[in-house]
Amino acid sequence: MYLWRDLGDRGVNMKEIFRQVKINQKNAPYYFLTPVIIIFAIFMIYPIAKSFILSFYEFKAGEYSFVGIGNYTNLVKDNIFKKALFNTLIYLVFQVPVMVFLSLLLAYLMDQSFVKWKAIYRVSVFLPAITSLVAYSLIFKLLLNSEYGLINFLIGLFGFDGVNWLGGNISAKISIMLAITWRWTGYNTVIMLAGLQNIPNEIYEAADIDGANRIQKFFKITMPNMKPIILFSAITSTIGTLQLFDEPYILTNGGPDGATITVAQYLYNSGFRYIKFGYAAAISYVLVALIALLSYVQFKVGEKES
Amino acid sequence: MIKEKNNSIKTTTAVKVFTFVILFAAVFVSLYPFYQMFVSSTLKTGEILKIPPTMSPGSNLAMNLKNLKDKINIGRVMLNSIFVATVYTFLTLIINSLAGYALAKFDFKGRNIIFVLIMGTMMIPAQVLYIPQFTMMTSIGWANKFRAVIVPALANAFGIFLMRQNMMSFPTSLIESARIDGYSELSIFLRIVLPNMKPALGALGIYNFMSQWGNFMWPLIILSTKDMYTFPVALASLDGLMYKDYGMMMLGASISTIPVLVMFLLFQKQFIAGLMGGAIKE
Repeated sequence: MYLWRDLGDRGVNMKEIFRQVKINQKNAPYYFLTPVIIIFAIFMIYPIAKSFILSFYEFKAGEYSFVGIGNYTNLVKDNIFKKALFNTLIYLVFQVPVMVFLSLLLAYLMDQSFVKWKAIYRVSVFLPAITSLVAYSLIFKLLLNSEYGLINFLIGLFGFDGVNWLGGNISAKISIMLAITWRWTGYNTVIMLAGLQNIPNEIYEAADIDGANRIQKFFKITMPNMKPIILFSAITSTIGTLQLFDEPYILTNGGPDGATITVAQYLYNSGFRYIKFGYAAAISYVLVALIALLSYVQFKVGEKES
Repeated sequence: MIKEKNNSIKTTTAVKVFTFVILFAAVFVSLYPFYQMFVSSTLKTGEILKIPPTMSPGSNLAMNLKNLKDKINIGRVMLNSIFVATVYTFLTLIINSLAGYALAKFDFKGRNIIFVLIMGTMMIPAQVLYIPQFTMMTSIGWANKFRAVIVPALANAFGIFLMRQNMMSFPTSLIESARIDGYSELSIFLRIVLPNMKPALGALGIYNFMSQWGNFMWPLIILSTKDMYTFPVALASLDGLMYKDYGMMMLGASISTIPVLVMFLLFQKQFIAGLMGGAIKE
C-alpha cells in the first residue's frame, strides 16, 4: 500500500517537474537564448575578463607573476609599440576620411536617375569586399611589385620613375592604405546607396519648386539626411582600421623596419612569437581603450553637428 | 510610378560625362585585380614578372596546378575550408535566429541588459580574446581542431542584431493566433516564424560563410599542422616560401576565390538587400 502511494506521489512530482521544464510562453525566451548566453559567457565575456587580469601579469618560463601596471608602463617606453600606434593612427587619419568621401561620391553618382543598370555598378564595386584578405593581399603584392608590377609599369608609361611600393618608409604605408581602400570602399558605397535611396523624393521635389540647384540640394538635403549613415561608416571603418592585421602581415610583414606594423600585428608578435602573453593582453586593452574613445568622440561629433 | 530624383533640373552633358568617367573608373579598379589574378594563374612566373606585364591568358595552368599540389594538399584544404565554413554557417544561423526571435518578440526580465551586453561586444577587437582563448583551447585539447575555429566564432553579435531587426517586423498577431491554435512555442518558431525569415537567413548565411571562408588570424594561431589548414592559412604559407612562384600562388588565390565569387554573383541581390534591411532599390 505504502509503496504504491509512494510511487503515485512520485508520479505526480515527475509530472510537475516535467510541466516546469516544458517550454511555455513565459520561459521560452530563456530557452531560446541559452545557447547564445553559454557561448558568449565562455568565449567572449570570460576571455575579455581574463585578458584584463592577464595584462597585470608577466608570463615567463611557463609561470605567471603579478607585475601590477608594469606591462602598461613598459608599453609607454616600447619604441616598436609607439611605432605601431603611430602607424595605426596614420592609417586612420588618412585612409578613413578618403574612403568615406569616395564611397559617398560613388553612391551619390550611382543614385542619379540618368544612371541605368545600377546593379552592375553596385555588384562590381562590392566584389572586392568578398575576396579573402589573403588572396587580395597576394594580388596587391604582385601589382605593387617594384620591378615588375603593373602600377610601376603604368607610372613608367608617363615617364616617371617607379616607386618602391612595399620597400619605402612612406610608400609602404601608402600601399597598405591603397589595398584597404580597394577592399572596403565598395562595401561602404552600398551602405551609403541604401541611405540615399531612403531619402524621400518629396523633399527633393519641394526643393526643385523652390529653385534649388544640384549643389544646394546636396548640402541642404542629402548631407543632413545622410549623417547617421556616414557616422556609421566612419565608426565601423575606424574600428576595422584599429584592428588592422592581415594586410600588413601579408603585404609587408610590418616592414620595412617596422614602417607598416600595426598595433594588432605587434600584439600578435608579442603574444604568439615572443610568447609574452601578459604584455600582449596589455596591448589588447590599449586597443579597447582606443576604440571606445574614438567611437565616443565620433559619436559626439556627429550628435553635435546634427 | 516613382518620380525620379533630380529630374526637374536639366542634367548637363558635363555632369553626365563626369559621372560615367568616375563610375567606369571605379568598376575598372574594382574588377581589374580579379582579372589579373585569373590571368596570372595561367602564366609562368617568368611571364608574370616581366616588363611589360603579360595581361592575356597563357598556357601554364596545368603546370601551376601541379606545383600547387606539390606544395599544399589542395583537395584537403578545400574540404577543410568548406567544412569549417558550412558547419559554422549552419550553427550560427540556428542560434542567432533563436536569440534574435527571443529578443524581438518576447518581453522578459533581463532582455535589455542581455541585448546591450551582446551589442557591446561588437566594440571589442577580436585580438583581445585570442590570448585567453588560445590558453583555453590548449588546456581543453581543442588546439589544432576545427571546433576551435568554429565554436568561439559562434559568439556573433552582428548576426543576432540582424536577425532581431528582421524579426521585429514580423507580425505579432500571427504568433498569438498560433498560440491560440495550440502550437507549442518551439513549433511557432520553427513552422511560423522561421519560414518567413528566409531572405534574412539567406543574407546572413552568405555573409557568415564568406567571413569564415576568409578568416585568417585566428586559424593561423590555432591550426598548426598542414592537414588542418584552411585556404587563407595555406595561401599565406605559400607566400612564406623562399622562391615565390607567382603563377602557382595566383592559381591558389583563384581557387580560393571562385566558390565565394560564384555564391555572391548568384545571390548578390538577396544578399545586399538582406544586409541593408531591404533598403536597396533598382
